[in-house]
Amino acid sequence: MQQSPDQIRQAYRQMRLIREFEERLHVESPKGEIAGFTHLYSGQEAIAVGVCENLRDSDFIISTHRGHGHCLARGCDPKGMMHEIYGRADGLGKGRGGSMHIADLDKGMLGANGIVGGGQPIAVGAAVACKARGDGSVSVSFTGDGASNQGTVFEAMNMAVVLKLPKVFVLENNGYSEHTGASYGIGGDLKTRTEGFGIPVWEADGFDYFSVYEAAAKAIDHARAGKGPSAILATATRYFGHFEGDPQNYRAKDEVKTFRETKDALMQIRKKVTGAGIFTEEELDAIDDEVLKLIDASVESARNGPVPGADIMMSDVYIDY
Amino acid sequence: MAVLTMRDALNQALHEEMERDPRVIVMGEDVAGGSGGSSGNIEAAGGIFGVTKGLKTKFGADRVIDTPISESAIVGLANGSALAGMRPVAELMFADFVGVSLDQIFNQMAKFRYMFGGKAKTPVVLRMSMGAGMNAAAQHSQTIYPMLTAVPGLKVVVPSNPADAKGMMKQAIRDDDPVIFFEHKALYSKKGEVPDGEFLVPFGEADLVREGKDVTVVALARMVPFAMKAVDKLAEEGITCDLIDLRTTSPLDEETVLESLSMTGRLVVVDESNPMCSIASEIAGIAASKGFHSLRAPVQKVTAPHTPVPFARELERMYVPSPGDIEAAIRRVMEGV
Ligand SMILES: Cc1ncc(C[n+]2csc(CCOP(=O)(O)OP(=O)(O)O)c2C)c(N)n1
Ligand SMILES: [Mg+2]
Repeated sequence: MQQSPDQIRQAYRQMRLIREFEERLHVESPKGEIAGFTHLYSGQEAIAVGVCENLRDSDFIISTHRGHGHCLARGCDPKGMMHEIYGRADGLGKGRGGSMHIADLDKGMLGANGIVGGGQPIAVGAAVACKARGDGSVSVSFTGDGASNQGTVFEAMNMAVVLKLPKVFVLENNGYSEHTGASYGIGGDLKTRTEGFGIPVWEADGFDYFSVYEAAAKAIDHARAGKGPSAILATATRYFGHFEGDPQNYRAKDEVKTFRETKDALMQIRKKVTGAGIFTEEELDAIDDEVLKLIDASVESARNGPVPGADIMMSDVYIDY
Repeated sequence: MAVLTMRDALNQALHEEMERDPRVIVMGEDVAGGSGGSSGNIEAAGGIFGVTKGLKTKFGADRVIDTPISESAIVGLANGSALAGMRPVAELMFADFVGVSLDQIFNQMAKFRYMFGGKAKTPVVLRMSMGAGMNAAAQHSQTIYPMLTAVPGLKVVVPSNPADAKGMMKQAIRDDDPVIFFEHKALYSKKGEVPDGEFLVPFGEADLVREGKDVTVVALARMVPFAMKAVDKLAEEGITCDLIDLRTTSPLDEETVLESLSMTGRLVVVDESNPMCSIASEIAGIAASKGFHSLRAPVQKVTAPHTPVPFARELERMYVPSPGDIEAAIRRVMEGV
């Protein structure tokens, strides 16, 4: 699959945006201005971007508790997200949802989700709508290794097969479900399990944008063509704790360091595109600068954003007619 | 007596009961943690709130079972093992996850005994953290005890302090009926005196934590310390209240409430839940039907609003009934409005 320089620039920028968004939150979190649970996506950037770069405006995605990367990859406004994470009245959720509930229905982004396994059946519903529209659009759900053990995921898979829906399951194995290793919680293996439902699975290196992009292209083409659901199994790691503040007693000290030094997604894509002469280091650095400025501006404006009041608390429980 | 946090009081109760009775087993997500991790620490968590810490090291993997993320099967595991003679203490990390496992709770464990000719015993304790206070937003902050209190066959426990938490956990484990045990997450680190060793708090007996003559204030869980603040403040002005900590919502100690109401004639009910079909409305209903002739003023309900739990700090603070809200309600009931 040959990608144009423009496509690659876009993918690199998206991955950098996710990386810097999350690294910055990791720095800001301990300062005490950000409330609630914050689950960071650093380390898995290539998965969200590799999948979402294959999508059209009419497609849907649904995310997890670790949602920032999926949201950004789908084109949610970083500033609106940052304001939401800071609990501001002008955040994407008006400060009512926070990090775990960022959504933007105008972008086909059906929400991060606080309930592990809550999203997959909803994505099956969106796939019913895609099929009814008949425009070749698809519905994509992201599912962690831990979430893959939730009954809702099995039900969603089976339902998608039975109804032959344009539904793409993205299985993201980052090695951990909270404080427990993926190998402990998963009986059998994710690929065989998924295939057991009759769903074809394309495997990818979750640190490698091109690997994920190509696997996703095949899986998404399959679903778009009306052949029924498909899946991608991508393996990576998360660089930070399960949530910000997690002491990570379950993890060997140098595990993340090794991944960062040998597998890092941003490092890999930079090496590949500069090696192939598509972009120079300076061109990529310029993208990094632009992204960093955007993050700085988003954090600055979120820190000073409007505080929500009682009117916001009391509204939107129902539609006002 | 030792001064313990509610977390440690619960942990002590679990240690003592597991020591006492080999049929007691513990299960849930990351109740130990660390399995399959690269550090080799096989008890890396001890529960996400630390309530089950040390149990796996002491009692082993057969009695302290880390489960995959499968709430329906976790509660099913508890139900089946209970029917087969064990005394499981299962954990749902957050009460909100009842949503994933509701069938096992309200169609299954609650009804076995009734449906099966009175032969079944289902000595399950289903622990879960609940409540606002951590800005964990709409799917990790709910107080859903009214919903489960409404189910015949379930006992529902809502401790407000470390001593009750210990005494009621030990009671719950020894009870042959299914017990839903709500632990308010904002109370885990609150300290209090806790009796050493054998100490049981029976169910259905409310605790009169303040005595007064003007108003009966009924509260539960985190609302008890909040109500204490309001009651103690007003006592300085000469307005004195009975403050009743319900401790369990099923069975519900109506007598203590009605007896106090017959002396004071004024009732304020404080409940962190949404107002409709809440414990506050239940108590107000009991007052209307069984304490009507004692009432000298309309019952004041202090509850969360009819909204999901909002995320932002300012919003969550507004959402949760505060000591100030309780004080204002006591003043209103004194004015008879
Ligand atoms: C129904 C439900 N059960 C448990 C949790 C608590 N929880 C949040 S994230 C998580 C682990 C999820 O692991 P995985 O799916 O691998 O995603 P990752 O965190 O690795 O991105 C758990 C147990 C939850 N939010 N919802
Ligand atoms: Mg995981």
